[in-house]
Amino acid sequence: MQADIVVDLNQVSFGYDVNRPILKELNFQLRRGEKVGLIGYNGSGKTTFFQVLMGLARPVSGEMRILGRHITSDQDFVAVRQRVGLLFQDADDQLFCPTVLEDVTFGPLNLGKSPEQARAIAARVLDDLGLAGFENRVTHELSGGEKKLVSLATVLAMDPEILLLDEPTNGLDEATRETIIAVLSRPEFTSVVISHEFDFLGRLTNRIVSMRHGHLVEEDAEAIHSHYHVHRFGDYPHEHSP
Amino acid sequence: MTIAVVMIVMEGKSLNTLERSLLDSSPLAQQLDPRGKIVVAVFFSMLVAMVHSIAAAAFALAAALVLTLCLGLPLVLVAGRLLRANFFIMFLWFFLPLSGQGEILARLGPLAVHYDGLRLAGLVTLKSNAILLVFVSLIATSPFFVLGHALGALGMPRKLVQLLLFTYRYLHVMEQEYRRLRDAMAVRAFRPRTNMHTYRTYGYFLGMLLVRSFARAERVQQAMQCRGFNGRFHSLRNFRYSLADGLLVLAFAVISIGVVSI
Repeated sequence: MQADIVVDLNQVSFGYDVNRPILKELNFQLRRGEKVGLIGYNGSGKTTFFQVLMGLARPVSGEMRILGRHITSDQDFVAVRQRVGLLFQDADDQLFCPTVLEDVTFGPLNLGKSPEQARAIAARVLDDLGLAGFENRVTHELSGGEKKLVSLATVLAMDPEILLLDEPTNGLDEATRETIIAVLSRPEFTSVVISHEFDFLGRLTNRIVSMRHGHLVEEDAEAIHSHYHVHRFGDYPHEHSP
Repeated sequence: MTIAVVMIVMEGKSLNTLERSLLDSSPLAQQLDPRGKIVVAVFFSMLVAMVHSIAAAAFALAAALVLTLCLGLPLVLVAGRLLRANFFIMFLWFFLPLSGQGEILARLGPLAVHYDGLRLAGLVTLKSNAILLVFVSLIATSPFFVLGHALGALGMPRKLVQLLLFTYRYLHVMEQEYRRLRDAMAVRAFRPRTNMHTYRTYGYFLGMLLVRSFARAERVQQAMQCRGFNGRFHSLRNFRYSLADGLLVLAFAVISIGVVSI
């Protein structure tokens, strides 16, 4: 079903230095409603891949179609950014306004919403994430988990069709993780999630790809599975070697 | 910015405790429109700075004190703020009386205590305390970001307001980064001494702080672009003047006339 493909990358390469490309001739298709996990070692190019999808880093070669639109110019990316939400790895990069309300309304106001509409959107999104009443909190005083949830709120306030999440649950407490999983599991979101936490990926995603030396590899040979086991420190988020 | 961070850390407090203390202390002061507060505080301090007579300065200080009392600020906190500033003024009392030229009041061996020096020290003390009191009462009682928006509403160029708000937002992040770097140095047994190793280490330290800030700025800009930022900030805030603001401005107009006419 060609119409279902929302992201289509054909032989896309990226690198700051021509001789040392970071992303090498990537081919990647994302279908509407799909939830894809992206794994890979540090420095393998996962974050750069997201930057290319958002137009923050321009590919040196290859073809990109996002949401049915052929992407060639900066103008195309401006349109894409309104429909694709990127959650940054470090919440301090994402939250730059003094208060939570200002940060969450920043996107909607940029999209031309009136202050009243923006406030209403912020109230709805914050309530959705269990952050009702956080409007006038000062962003830098929030806890790590709260910062992450508010970052997610700023992305959801744009009403995106596709979510790109860079290690959304890294180091978070159990309650915040559950909130994030519950929201991301909703069928209306198409998402790509970078994570090292296999239990999280197993619960959320239905397809895993891995980044290896600048190539995207479909991990269909290995199936995500679950089994119960017991060991010390089992209450903490952790991963097992394959 | 780095200097500000270093100063804060020298004081041994985190930024939060510094600004928190007075903020929630007076409900009345928080109700006043921040634009009116800024205009009154700036105008008053400019006027007081130009005053030459002791009587006028004393009147200004008395008026400022009445304002502080009317707003119901906790006097212990206010006194704490004044004490810190007056520590610097104390030095003037040592040097100014000895360096005047007019009438000699007393002689201490080779040194002479002059009347005009003593008078100047007194004048500076009255004036600075009056200005400090007004700033503590009016400016320190508004959250920083509200002041930033108020300055924008008063016609300060948008870029400057944004610079101010970004500085405020990321000062805390830089403070954390500073502490992380300092701890990283401390756990490897670094102790500052007067030698090349120390200077070089401080050089690396400041350089690293700068590089990290730059990288951070780049990521923040990307995050803003992802949310459709195109160079224009939209504001949610609408300021509104009330009766209390009118009273504040009126009171300070009367006080100003008093200060000038004494």
